[in-house]
Amino acid sequence: MSVDLSQFIPSFLEESFEGLELMESSLLNLEQGDDETINSIFRAAHSIKGGAGTFGFNAVTEFTHLVETLLDEMRDGRRSIEQNDVEILLESVDCMRLLIEAIRDETVCDTNKITETSILLEHTLAIDDSASSSDNLDGHSASDSENGLSNWKILFIPEHHLVQTGNDPLFLFNALADLGELTLAANCKELPALNDIDAEELYLSWQLTLSSKASEAEIKEVFEWVEDECQLTITKDETSDKVATEEVKTTRGSANESTITEQVESKAEQKISSTISADKNTSSPAPEKTGNKAKNDLGSIRVGVDKVDSLINLVGELVITQSMLSELGNDFDLSKVEKLNSGLEELLQNTKELQESVMRIRMLPISFAFNRFPRLVHDLSKKTGKDIELILKGEQTELDKTVMEQIGDPLVHLVRNAVDHGIEPAEARIAAGKSPKGTITLNAYHQGGSIVIEINDDGGGINRQAVFEKALEKGIVDENTTLTDPQVFDLLFEPGFSTAKELSDISGRGVGMDVVKKNIQSLGGRIQVESEPGKGSTFRVNLPLTLAILDGQLVRVGSEIYIIPLITIVESLQPQKDLINRVSGDMVLYRLREDNVPVIPIYSLFNISSEFKDIESSLLVVVEADGQKIGLMVDDLLAQQQVVIKSLNDNYQQVEGISGATILGDGSVAMILDVSGIISMAHKKSEIDQQHKKNMQLKARQQISEGANC
Amino acid sequence: MTKVLVVDDSNSIRDMVSFTLKSAGYETAEAKDGQDGLNKAKSGTFDLVISDVNMPNMDGIELCQELRKLPTFKFTPILMLTTESSGDMKMRGKAAGATGWLVKPFNPEKLLATIKRVVR
Repeated sequence: MSVDLSQFIPSFLEESFEGLELMESSLLNLEQGDDETINSIFRAAHSIKGGAGTFGFNAVTEFTHLVETLLDEMRDGRRSIEQNDVEILLESVDCMRLLIEAIRDETVCDTNKITETSILLEHTLAIDDSASSSDNLDGHSASDSENGLSNWKILFIPEHHLVQTGNDPLFLFNALADLGELTLAANCKELPALNDIDAEELYLSWQLTLSSKASEAEIKEVFEWVEDECQLTITKDETSDKVATEEVKTTRGSANESTITEQVESKAEQKISSTISADKNTSSPAPEKTGNKAKNDLGSIRVGVDKVDSLINLVGELVITQSMLSELGNDFDLSKVEKLNSGLEELLQNTKELQESVMRIRMLPISFAFNRFPRLVHDLSKKTGKDIELILKGEQTELDKTVMEQIGDPLVHLVRNAVDHGIEPAEARIAAGKSPKGTITLNAYHQGGSIVIEINDDGGGINRQAVFEKALEKGIVDENTTLTDPQVFDLLFEPGFSTAKELSDISGRGVGMDVVKKNIQSLGGRIQVESEPGKGSTFRVNLPLTLAILDGQLVRVGSEIYIIPLITIVESLQPQKDLINRVSGDMVLYRLREDNVPVIPIYSLFNISSEFKDIESSLLVVVEADGQKIGLMVDDLLAQQQVVIKSLNDNYQQVEGISGATILGDGSVAMILDVSGIISMAHKKSEIDQQHKKNMQLKARQQISEGANC
Repeated sequence: MTKVLVVDDSNSIRDMVSFTLKSAGYETAEAKDGQDGLNKAKSGTFDLVISDVNMPNMDGIELCQELRKLPTFKFTPILMLTTESSGDMKMRGKAAGATGWLVKPFNPEKLLATIKRVVR
């Protein structure tokens, strides 16, 4: 029969990538004499090799074989663990990854690097090319050419303890019978008297005759597992005819059956006929190949069984509630209203729990994103000559898979920056009275409905003056601008901003911090910077746990309903008259304790009608984004609820100030406000206003001077 | 129905062996390392054990030794599924009481053909 295993390729690939990650992180932590670590690295390589061999990915098998051999020497203690070897192994992990990625993407990978590294490996192992593939198992391929039947005489004298390893002569004979026509004679000479028989021992030997096309190697293979525990002679007999059938006796060491008599020949015939029919089966309809070769793309998630179990439980409850409700609907009258209510209440509960469980399925520990950093920092610190320790905290913090995939690159950029710009060279650190070894800490934790990822370095901190001067040079600020620390640090995220004197290989590859910020914002997150001269900097990334669902505050403006993300809301209040300040123009500020919060009426922002036009009768929702607060003026506050986000981009187009839309319970569509977008809109508006005012003043001055000239 | 215990720390190999066996009409149980295998073996009866050699917690050789100590596994065939085809490995397996070995790369047809040497 033919078994198609191609369905297991994706899981092999997934497992291989996990294995590679494990190899990499273990290699980075490898110390002399650490047997368990080297063992686990070996096992990972070993599994990849085994799997790759199964699917015929020979390039992977061959390459991994070299890696495995080197690891094996380390494991056995034949080779001490040198830093140099570890570097080669790390390179090899990269190569294996390239090879496996090529399989996944169905592309061809850069063979130069692979060849280079395998030469390096071979050189290290000091073996020559010809000996590299030692896995060739079947040595009998050449001798298959015999057409006619031959008669084989086989003398099989097993040792007494043969059955104690789980081998049973009967099955061996069955296997021989698969090869051709088998007749056999048992020799009972050694069988002791009944009283002396040890039920766990085997006393018989056999003379077998096999008429078959099989080669000697094929026959030997049947006895492969017992060849050390028996005397076996196989001879080709050209002359003799078939030996007449004889009764056969075998002993098997189970309870009270010490002798079994079996008619082997009839069995053998049966077997032969069954193999023939099986052959027919395989020859007629070729096993269906899965039409289009399944894309080995890794769009799958490994989910813990507990999560799936809880889902199944919840669905079970949902089904119960549903049947209860439909039962209720069969003959409904008012006396059952209470029952209906409690049923609906239950449905609400079920739906909520189900939703949470489904969301949990998409959640993965952030270690998936963090895993690449030990290697990155290792490589970078080698390149820069800085001695850096990386500390990872909160690796088990869970995050939505989509968010995780998209946050990887921005995090890499931030870590590169921390190594390149954050940590000072050792001399500078010693001069500053710090340990020459720099520390970078990655920390992830949950805060409210969002996840916070901090990238902290204990370097020199951000040079406020340098940033300011650079901004001056770029024309982003002018000399008279006074900026608070957060505002200065925000300049780092301006396009084309870099304080590094020279662009190094490490950071500054054309992707600026502005892109980092944009990526984070597109995930609905934000980034903040804290820095203290001489002590280091912290970049704090705040991300929503998931992109699909949002906790929102429903507000009403005129007849429209908008949703404000709950995470952005500082507070909602009824404006008091004496706290309202009107500044020149139509800008209104509201005094909220020590802050002056600009008020933005939503009706004017989106140019719609509203119930109230004056701030006194409206409600104010104070929101915060990018470290700035604004007050959104609305007619009414409605419920708070979770909403499923529908992308506006996919369905319509990007609209300034709107981050998405959702469908409410009554089927109507409501827009979700993009708070940071609204803040920048407000800024632009005030800039335009100011520009407009400046122009007016200029015009006025011109007119005045023109008038004077007249 | 013939019950087979499949012990391997690699999910994909375990899945493949299981799948192959099931499609040939065997019933299977799976264990993710030697220790897990031993626990599963103690809580049930099996007609055949197929085990990887290199595994965390307890390797296949040790599992084999432990299984042979159990009365219910004294005569049960135990096959080692391994990439190591060296004679040394086979000797160790034999000494531990292994019935035979299957050499990776794993080939489904070959697996089914060879296990017929030890089970019905």
